[in-house]
Amino acid sequence: MIPNILSVIVFLPVVGMLIVLLLPKEKKTAIKMVSAVFTGLQVIIAWQIYVNFDTNTTSMQFVEQVKWIESFNIWYFVGIDGLSVSMVLLTALLSFIAIVASWNIDRAEKAYFALFLLLDAGMMGVFVALDFFLFYIFWEVMLLPMYFLIGIWGGPRREYAAIKFFLYTLLGSVLMLLALLVLYFNVKDPVTGGHTFNMLHMMDQANHAGILKQFNIRLLVYAALFIGFAIKVPIFPFHTWLPDAHVEAPTPISVILAGVLLKMGTYGMLRISFPILPDAMKWEPFLYGFVILAVINIVYGSLCAMAQTDLKKLVAYSSIGHMGVVLLGMAGLTSLGMNGAVLQMFNHGIVSGMLFLLVGVIYDRAHHREISGFGGLASQMPIYTGIASLAFFANLGLPGLNNFISEAFSFLGAFGSEAFNLKVYTIIGTLGIILTAGYMLWTLQRVFFGPLNPKYVNMPEVNTRELITLVPLGILVIVLGVYPNLLLNLMEVSLNNLVQTVLNAPSFLLGMQ
Amino acid sequence: MMAVGLNHFLVLSALLFVLGLLAVLTKKNAVTVLMGIELILNAANINFIAFSRYADTDLDGQLFALFVIITAAAGAAVALAIVLNIYKQMRSVNLDEADTLAG
Amino acid sequence: MIVDYVIWIVLLPLISFAIQIFFGKRLPRQGDWLPTSVMFIDLLLSLIVAGKVFSAYDPEFRITRSFEWVVLGTTTIKFGILIDNLTAVMLFIVTLVSSLVHLFSIGYMHGDPRYSRYFAYLSLFSFSMLGLISVDNFLGIYMFWELVGVSSYLLIGFWFEKHSASNAAKKAFLVNRVGDVGMFIGILLIFAITHTFNFSEVFGKIAAGELSGALLTTAGILIFCGAVGKSAQFPLHVWLPDAMEGPTPVSALIHAATMVAAGVYLVGRTFVLYSEHALLVIAGIGTITAFIAATIAVVQMDIKKVLAYSTISQLGYMIAALGVGGYNAGLFHLMTHAFFKALLFLGAGSVIHAMHHEQDMRQMGGLRHKLPVTFATFLIATMAISGVPGLAGFFSKDAILAASLEKAMETGMLYHYTIFAILIFTAGLTAFYMFRALFLTFYGTPRNKEKFDHAHESPGTMTIPLVALAVFTVIGGYGKWFEELVRKPNLQMFAESGAVQDATHAATEAAAHGAHTIAMVLSIAFAFGGIAVAMLYYYWNKYSAEAVSKKFAGIYNFLWNKWYFDELYQATAVRGTLLLSKAMGWFDLNVIDGLVNNTARLTTLISFGSGTTDNRIVDGLVNWVARIIGWFGATLREIQTGRVQAYILMALGAFILLYVIQLAMV
Repeated sequence: MIPNILSVIVFLPVVGMLIVLLLPKEKKTAIKMVSAVFTGLQVIIAWQIYVNFDTNTTSMQFVEQVKWIESFNIWYFVGIDGLSVSMVLLTALLSFIAIVASWNIDRAEKAYFALFLLLDAGMMGVFVALDFFLFYIFWEVMLLPMYFLIGIWGGPRREYAAIKFFLYTLLGSVLMLLALLVLYFNVKDPVTGGHTFNMLHMMDQANHAGILKQFNIRLLVYAALFIGFAIKVPIFPFHTWLPDAHVEAPTPISVILAGVLLKMGTYGMLRISFPILPDAMKWEPFLYGFVILAVINIVYGSLCAMAQTDLKKLVAYSSIGHMGVVLLGMAGLTSLGMNGAVLQMFNHGIVSGMLFLLVGVIYDRAHHREISGFGGLASQMPIYTGIASLAFFANLGLPGLNNFISEAFSFLGAFGSEAFNLKVYTIIGTLGIILTAGYMLWTLQRVFFGPLNPKYVNMPEVNTRELITLVPLGILVIVLGVYPNLLLNLMEVSLNNLVQTVLNAPSFLLGMQ
Repeated sequence: MMAVGLNHFLVLSALLFVLGLLAVLTKKNAVTVLMGIELILNAANINFIAFSRYADTDLDGQLFALFVIITAAAGAAVALAIVLNIYKQMRSVNLDEADTLAG
Repeated sequence: MIVDYVIWIVLLPLISFAIQIFFGKRLPRQGDWLPTSVMFIDLLLSLIVAGKVFSAYDPEFRITRSFEWVVLGTTTIKFGILIDNLTAVMLFIVTLVSSLVHLFSIGYMHGDPRYSRYFAYLSLFSFSMLGLISVDNFLGIYMFWELVGVSSYLLIGFWFEKHSASNAAKKAFLVNRVGDVGMFIGILLIFAITHTFNFSEVFGKIAAGELSGALLTTAGILIFCGAVGKSAQFPLHVWLPDAMEGPTPVSALIHAATMVAAGVYLVGRTFVLYSEHALLVIAGIGTITAFIAATIAVVQMDIKKVLAYSTISQLGYMIAALGVGGYNAGLFHLMTHAFFKALLFLGAGSVIHAMHHEQDMRQMGGLRHKLPVTFATFLIATMAISGVPGLAGFFSKDAILAASLEKAMETGMLYHYTIFAILIFTAGLTAFYMFRALFLTFYGTPRNKEKFDHAHESPGTMTIPLVALAVFTVIGGYGKWFEELVRKPNLQMFAESGAVQDATHAATEAAAHGAHTIAMVLSIAFAFGGIAVAMLYYYWNKYSAEAVSKKFAGIYNFLWNKWYFDELYQATAVRGTLLLSKAMGWFDLNVIDGLVNNTARLTTLISFGSGTTDNRIVDGLVNWVARIIGWFGATLREIQTGRVQAYILMALGAFILLYVIQLAMV
């Protein structure tokens, strides 16, 4: 096994970036190859992590802990558990696929690939960091390349979208920073007694001191963290950056946005908000508010998706709906729901990635994305139609394909929650199942069925490069649909532990008021 | 017939002083201005001596007058040297033209 | 052992699907032989399974095998196979109809540009359907439920270039989804209470009283929602007639014989779940469906539409039968119906094939000499569905009517008597519209000479399945085995305390016999009555159907427009959702995003304001101070003339000034 495997997987893209920066910008193929090789290596390392991951322990694995800034007790502290491992795998896979999908980027390639690799490192870092400060740094590192990638290589309204994305995310970051500081100054390091950024220390309620002992403050901190993460998820009404950013971003960046960035919101909640402030999470006004927002996300996102005429926007709104399912699954605090939710995070990454790639394929050929502008593509592009149908059906939750099982578990978990009564909300949430089927099939019909639009009689079939990006995801869609244990085994122990920790955490309202 | 007293001296001195001041303020020629200064100084000298004669028994006033004469001579020498220099520079001893120090 | 056979029965079509979808085009004959032979192997295997199961001749025969599929903390989700007599019967029905339909399709679909794809989809369907009838748990049945839905979607929309086909496919899937979500919520409810998906375990917990009362009724009705969707029951029946856009063999297999019967199977399989109240709902829904569909079928002119409505009506019968407690009767009708309805559809397919894809009966007529085999088999099936004594349909329909009368006599409720009355009236209607279709198609004079002249009997691959199904239609109803083997389950069977024999069974036997005789007499009377009326109108042409339709134009239009269900749903659910989605889209773009953009605009405005303030006022103040000082400086510098005399004059002036001030102050 590779030593310091997490550092390697995080900083490998940085090395790649440096090499790309050293290359002369005329050597376009070399730049692309270097990027592909480094992200490919990342996938191999991720595979190593998958193979060597111990599925029977709740503790952090592959831990590396080095003092970094001593005077503030900041550590370079990384490690993964069942929650983060799936995200690490997802990030590695989607980064590689996005690089392959970036092959037809045709201006300022050097900058593009360098920024992309930096983004990759930032994302990976977020998922492995266990020091809150380090987490925050990676969180911000990711932001800047994203801004430029949307703002320079995006569509016609790219500046607007990029600035909107940036400001929204920055707002979230500021709130997170506030919460971070409150936590830092009010959590005791059990060893030294000083302040600490260590997330594991923060999770131990015994270390909480100072104003963190006041319930109101805890609620405020939780709310700040919640909004910070909610913007990333995104949760209604903080979602409007998403359609614009997705639509304007180039295809590979949309893949990364939908596939990885959205997951950071829910990941943050599960890694930080829930275990550090379980009592605030369980405070009923917050919890039911959370669930209501989740249901709004599902129903509202699906309805908005149905109203879209732009294919990419439709997929973007569909993401909002599907992330609602993740939130619903998390909220019930059952092991079934939690596993379903995290699995859904992974599955949605796969499926939405596929959908964006698919939109990219026809956009490259037709140079527009109006749903009504297509029609009858099934007879012209049978392979493409087959793959698209697979992704569409996965997205609408067809059994045997990956989304079904995670959505079903999320709903089952929320409905069966013994800690809270979420039955009515879950039932409203299941409306999303019908709505999703509605807009997906309607879209399938409008784009692929009916007589072939004469404009596209010469539309070329998907090419090999596009197949390289689509087929692995398609295989995962089927494999995880039939045998979700491949991932559930990894995360089950950690997630059950998380559920138990949050459930058993004392309620400050009752105990210490 | 009125005896000559202190007041007569003071009036004389005041007249001399005003004449000197008038010369200093109005004359354009630097040499004339210097002469005006001499008049002012001598007005002061008359005052010294007059007060020394009528109000004091010591010779302080006379002594001070001697000092003034000496310093005035020295001052006049310096002043004349400056005037000569100004004249060398500007070919004129007109004070209105010597305003290079104006702000 | 038997389980292994069943596993292979289920998996073989999946394998053939995978091969067919990827390599079908490259195989010889586009691979049609592969799924077809796989289905015949399946038929053989299911015959073996049926032989083994029936040879035990035990009504409580069950074998299960399951494995742990997902283990999450304390929750274990098992997936497994359940084989009992019902499964064995269903396996046989599905593999029989499916293999015959495969064979029939070789002729029917010949020359289609997506020939290989068609067989792939058929295989996918067979796999899903066989899985559906073999699994032992709610989650599994839901999964296969959705999979048959999607294969049905693919096959209805097989000719997707046609707008009507892709619309019908979408409609079928979505209407089914509505029912499925109900079923899903039912599963959520059951799982939340019993913590298991397994049928036997769930029933065991119900027997133990863990799930009871209103909650049990709710769960039952929710699960039944799934059946309402899939078995095209009122009010979700609207998708099935449109589904006839698919190729006719598909209609025979999926939308007549097997998939639509899945709802009936589901209710049968989970029969103990339904409380008395739930059964009332089920019986009511079934009866309403049977009646509505039969009335619509009376006026339809498209041969496949007639059959479609007839299917809905017959499914209504089955559901009603289950609702009145006629468990055996309902499932028996499922089996016989599968035979004769598949036969009717394949017969119709043969006609349509012969008439070059003409489906309108107004263009047909007099075909009996041109298509002798088709005619003969179609006649047998028509007689069976009408309830002519001696054929399979008679026995099963009679059993249903008897069961409903029995229930009515048992409870004495007007509700149940009404159900019986409607069902028996509908039996008459059924005989009428089926013979109407028969006469319009095969008798009388050809109404489209050109197409008639080109008509010819179908090839052997198409007629052999017809004959085979006709044989089963004739013999399918005989023997007591079905009645004795597929016995109504009761809760005691699943109680952990061991089996307690159903004591009520014997007591009702006598009453049942009485009901049976009355029902039989009435059913024969109504059947022949219906046939007679049909002959009067369409065979002897004593009366003109057109005149009647003109006379009762209101009713006729109402029926012709299928009770305006489509229009109703279009105006409410469909338009409502679309309007809502439009409104939400608008809301999102203009209100939420507008809010964001306005916040941005406001921020820009404020920043502009504060920028101006900063420029003008804060910085202005600083500049003013500087400017004032500068002014003073500029003013004061005037004093410094550089003229010594001026300075002295000023000093003098100052001195005088100070002196005057001092004087003034003293």
